[in-house]
Amino acid sequence: MPNSKKKILVVDDDVDYLFQQRVQLESAGFEVRTAETQADGEKMLAEEKPDLVIVDLMMENMDAGFSLAYHIKSKYPSIPVIMVTGVTSETGLEFSAGGGNSWIKADALLAKPIRFEQLLGEINKLLKGK
Amino acid sequence: MPEILKVLVVDDELGIQKGCQRVLTEYKFTLPDVEDEISFEVVTTGSGEEALEILEKNPQDIVLLDYKLPGMTGLDVLSIMAEKKIETMAIMITAYASLETAVVATKQGAFDFLAKPFTPDELRSVIKKATKNLILQRQAKKLAEEKRQVRFQFISVVAHELKAPLAAIEGYLNIMNEGLVTDPAAQHQMVERCLLRLTGMRKMVTDLLDFTRIESGNKVREFVDLDLVEIARQSVETMSSSASARGIKIELVAPETARMTADRGEIEIIFNNLVSNAVKYNRDGGRIIITITQIPGGFRISVADTGIGMTEEEVGKLFGEFVRIKNVKTKNILGTGLGLSIVKKLALLYGGDVTVESHVDVGSTFNVILMEAQGPQQAS
Repeated sequence: MPNSKKKILVVDDDVDYLFQQRVQLESAGFEVRTAETQADGEKMLAEEKPDLVIVDLMMENMDAGFSLAYHIKSKYPSIPVIMVTGVTSETGLEFSAGGGNSWIKADALLAKPIRFEQLLGEINKLLKGK
Repeated sequence: MPEILKVLVVDDELGIQKGCQRVLTEYKFTLPDVEDEISFEVVTTGSGEEALEILEKNPQDIVLLDYKLPGMTGLDVLSIMAEKKIETMAIMITAYASLETAVVATKQGAFDFLAKPFTPDELRSVIKKATKNLILQRQAKKLAEEKRQVRFQFISVVAHELKAPLAAIEGYLNIMNEGLVTDPAAQHQMVERCLLRLTGMRKMVTDLLDFTRIESGNKVREFVDLDLVEIARQSVETMSSSASARGIKIELVAPETARMTADRGEIEIIFNNLVSNAVKYNRDGGRIIITITQIPGGFRISVADTGIGMTEEEVGKLFGEFVRIKNVKTKNILGTGLGLSIVKKLALLYGGDVTVESHVDVGSTFNVILMEAQGPQQAS
């Protein structure tokens, strides 16, 4: 059933990270799309209608990841968003993935460096029942 | 916010306590470099024991301390203050303004003296002197703290810049280790990416070493008579393979020789940084023109490229440490963000400077002025 492959969009400005995510996610049986900027991410989102999006918090601007996640959640509320960030370990700032009134619109928040099994666990949890 | 300094007057004579309090409470003045008017808040006590209690509970800026007190003496108070690391600035009040007392108290850490009987003017003048000193000390302390902060920031940026390529290389190795990629072309691509990130790290470490050596001033500078034209040629030679790979032509416009007294390593760093930038940020098939011109007392080196150029805003940020102009055009160009700040520091060491003219999509020209070291200074 080739059509049942779930499609994941990964948005990150680090080409190495994108390459590695693609390889790992593909080997786990997903179809993968990648984008390097917020703008590309939004374009691909509209064209490809992914089943899940993984967004890096800080891309070209401090808040590119935030605003992308926000746009995804307001336009396509049913697409799960996983936000990854190196911010916690670098600045000591703590964020939490928001339900309800939080201004961070993501279903899960993972701190870099991410173990792939952990990411996979989150993906499967969020895609369950879809 | 006005600057209010706390003064503690310790004297068993009530007249002195009241007198000092009255004079100082009304005393206000300004100092150059300090924005706000300085005024004083005064508390008094008649005993050394009580003085120490106040100093510990409610830190004071200045203490006026009588030498002869009923219980412990002023000198006892001073030595306990030193023991307990109370940093209040002490001024001794004494009826016997003997040299001996002065010497002992100064050894104990007193800043100044006031001989009894003293006039309000004398009190004000001593307090003003102490205040000036205090403010100077605080400014020095603040500056030292700022320097510490900058160093700290620098280290954390360095750590971050090295962590990123490490994470990338580690990621690739893990993928290969797990055998996730079997396609030889993809494997090859992963190895290439690892090598590229390693090259970046190596350049970063080299730049950091250059940078810290210049910054610390510990580098022994070896001044010799050298030829800028020869070093320029060498630098062109070094970059020629990566330039010709992208069809970039490098021209050198210079007199036959351009001799100056300088440190060879430093001049090489300047040329290598400028020429390699001109290649990196050029367009394929572009040009680079290096010009060396004699000016009174030194030389001007210009490196002009036909590359992507920069906006005025980008130019403004250019010479900071770890500044890399981040945009779509530069995102695949490798750099450490230290090169130009090193060039700038070096140019300043030669009594010169670096300036840049740039237009987006037309190119950038970097001008470096190097002045010949003057007379005996060059030996230092």
